[in-house]
Amino acid sequence: MSEAALSRQEDFAHPRVLGIRVRPITARRVANFRANRRGLVALYLFLALFLVTLFAEFLANDRPLLVKYEGHYFVPILATYPETAFGGEFETEADYRDPYVRDLISAKGWAVWPLIPFSYRTINYDLGQPAPSPPSAVNWLGTDDQGRDVLARLIYGLRISILFGLTLTVFASIIGIFAGAVQGYFAGWTDLIFQRVIEIWSGMPQLYLLIIMSSIFVPGFWTLLIIFLLFEWMSLVSVVRAEFLRARNLDYVRAARALGQPDRVIMWKHVLPNAVVATITFLPFNLTGGISLLTGLDFLGLGLPPGSPSLGELVSQGKANLQAPWLGFTAFFSLAILLSLLVFIGEAMRDAFDPRKAMAPSAPAPAAAPPPLDSKAQTP
Amino acid sequence: MPGERLLEISDLAVEFQVPGGAVPAVRGVSLHLDRGETLALVGESGSGKSVTALSVLQLLPYPSARHPRGSIRYRGQELLGAPEKVLRTVRGNRIAMVFQEPMTSLNPLHTIEKQVGEVLSIHKGMGKAQARARVLELLLLVGLPNPEQRLNAYPHELSGGQRQRVMIAMALANEPDILIADEPTTALDVTIQAQILELMKGLQARFGMALLLITHDLGVVRKMADRVCVMNKGEIVEHGETEAVFRAPQHPYTQRLLASEPKGNPAPPPADARTVVTASEIKVWFPIKAGVMRRVVDHVKAVDGIDVTVREGHTVGVVGESGSGKTTLGLALLRLISSKGSIRYGDKELQGLQFRDMRPLRREMQIVFQDPYGSLSPRMSVAEIIEEGLQVHRIGGSAAERERMIVSALEEVGLDPATRHRYPHEFSGGQRQRVAIARAMVLKPKFVVLDEPTSALDMSVQAQIVDLLRGLQEKHRLAYLFISHDLKVVRALSDEVIVMKAGKVVEHGSAQQIFDAPRHPYTQALLKAALELKAADTPEVAS
Repeated sequence: MSEAALSRQEDFAHPRVLGIRVRPITARRVANFRANRRGLVALYLFLALFLVTLFAEFLANDRPLLVKYEGHYFVPILATYPETAFGGEFETEADYRDPYVRDLISAKGWAVWPLIPFSYRTINYDLGQPAPSPPSAVNWLGTDDQGRDVLARLIYGLRISILFGLTLTVFASIIGIFAGAVQGYFAGWTDLIFQRVIEIWSGMPQLYLLIIMSSIFVPGFWTLLIIFLLFEWMSLVSVVRAEFLRARNLDYVRAARALGQPDRVIMWKHVLPNAVVATITFLPFNLTGGISLLTGLDFLGLGLPPGSPSLGELVSQGKANLQAPWLGFTAFFSLAILLSLLVFIGEAMRDAFDPRKAMAPSAPAPAAAPPPLDSKAQTP
Repeated sequence: MPGERLLEISDLAVEFQVPGGAVPAVRGVSLHLDRGETLALVGESGSGKSVTALSVLQLLPYPSARHPRGSIRYRGQELLGAPEKVLRTVRGNRIAMVFQEPMTSLNPLHTIEKQVGEVLSIHKGMGKAQARARVLELLLLVGLPNPEQRLNAYPHELSGGQRQRVMIAMALANEPDILIADEPTTALDVTIQAQILELMKGLQARFGMALLLITHDLGVVRKMADRVCVMNKGEIVEHGETEAVFRAPQHPYTQRLLASEPKGNPAPPPADARTVVTASEIKVWFPIKAGVMRRVVDHVKAVDGIDVTVREGHTVGVVGESGSGKTTLGLALLRLISSKGSIRYGDKELQGLQFRDMRPLRREMQIVFQDPYGSLSPRMSVAEIIEEGLQVHRIGGSAAERERMIVSALEEVGLDPATRHRYPHEFSGGQRQRVAIARAMVLKPKFVVLDEPTSALDMSVQAQIVDLLRGLQEKHRLAYLFISHDLKVVRALSDEVIVMKAGKVVEHGSAQQIFDAPRHPYTQALLKAALELKAADTPEVAS
């Protein structure tokens, strides 16, 4: 055995994506995705939107970011200070929007306010006209029928929608992949019984059950998530199951079995990667589904608890207040844009993973472009 | 009038457009075809022979395929870039084509009558009754048994050989001048192959067609062709009368191709060889279920009571046509599928062992599969693939030690160890098969099932793999169960041969006896078909 061979490292270049060394196929997929301009722009926009809404508290809040008072610095956005700290009278938390407190602070220091000085539940009491009030210099997208700033509610609402959709998709995928994997890999009776159970379960009238259950349980983020999960996990099962059914008889899976590899390792190491492509392709669409489902329930008033910022609630306000079109328009455009972005990303991902799609220019050219017309494997 | 020039291809080039450039598939091929003659286009996979044939009928995926130069003339008429209307009058009418895969080239949703009749109605405008009579005539001509009953049959009701006969009937429907046959027998069993070749030869003589035969099988070329063009990397490297080319090949590539038939004999087995595996009365029955309660009404007897004994340093060849149960037997011996009967490994009975108890034995019993493209996980590097077995069996204490074992395994199978971090798709078919062999060998097995390890490979690579396997066997005193339908390869490697048909052993004996003096008529027919490409008229061989 040659030591030279051992010491010689990989003498060929592996493609890198974001500095991480990846396999050529992955590089090709990334290149394919990048070649799709619409998908790429949608992804950047979505990521920007998500990032911005993640920091909603710093963007839209009814407390200042930073206060300097009598030479001391206060960070109201992170900590709670009593009004007495600023020379007020009450021991309760300072209400920074109160003109009295404002005057106290501005007399002996200054305050830096977020871009939008309203939180999702802040009621603007000094409106020029009865709520819902139209867009103005103070409330950029107007207020809703309880005098709350629509833009602030939109930012918080987007965050909760995206987070809810993401969490739901992740958990549903984990359960779905697991169930599909078990069914597909073991096939036979396991598969048969599971399939029947899923058929019965998916025959349930989902929306009515959700309505009934959300009237039994106190709706909250996690209770809603669990109730949604009861049905959402099935969306991936059939895809993953089909991949596992196909892959369980592939020669390299058989070879692993002949090596003595236990089933769970084979499933994880050899079969699962086959199913990942199908799964990833589905993710953006599942995310879209989750978001619209939550919006729908919120619209009906059966979703998140009253007062929570939510897109569905905004839609229902728009419906109830047709004389205030800024509510309906805001709800419509924000939902339409968010869902379109996700669908564009999903399409681009699906195309990038599609092996039949033409390759992007930067991808390595295959050794043999013509289809393998001759010398097919002979059947034994 | 024999000798009339029908097809003239000159300086044909084909390119496939891929992102980042064009990949040339055919570069400057010139050939001609006269009435009544057979021209064979022979070469290994990727040599451009099929692409050449497809460009005659302009069936390539245009516009991603391009012809930068060249011309194809049929009776003086230029086909390259001809309008679709002209091509339609030629395709299937004057020039017909038979494809390799009879399973997929017939539409599964149409009856035989409809598919063959379609050609007649398109080109001849025949009515239904008229077409029916002609279809019957054609089916009789290609020797389909009971053609009247077969008219309403669907493709899945026919066997592979019968489907290929239907394909030929379709091709002949309009009495074409030229028949292009693209690997017409590659997907068929040897006995069927011999029948189809004889049929084509007979029909050619009868109609005076020109036959352009595309194949990788030198035996077929020798039997069928008047002239032969040898293609390599998109060029014709040698061209001449078949006899002359076979007798005195001029080009080094042709010489190599002709010399690449698997040769040699198995090394004499050690006399004191111990028995490694003894299996008796192995049965693998798949139940056929019917009715509402899915009761088992019958069984498909894939393997039906087979005895095998494999000794150290010996090879037992298992021969049979598709569906004879040879692969199933191999899988059953390794307990990769459940079976009945006794399998003894050394002095241990394997049947009934739990997964946990079976696991240490897996190290000593390995398998190499047919398809080197399917048997390696595309997501693992070669080093990871070989290492997997070492990890499962906790061989090699440290990563460095395992690395050393991987390197020596790769060197043993003749691969450069520096390539161990590459992924399977970067290797050729033969190299992949070497990786698959290295994966088995790194565990130092005692018994290896070789399931058609050479069938998916090009001829020249087959011989190398056979030599490699033989060398490994000598060195490590391995016991092989060698499963193959290719009798030439079996002869080069086996000490003992089992001939299987429909799950049963029809003949069992030493390799010498089986090849020199086969007793059973089925074995005789098989040998005749495989080695001489002659169809035998025995009732044992169903078409």
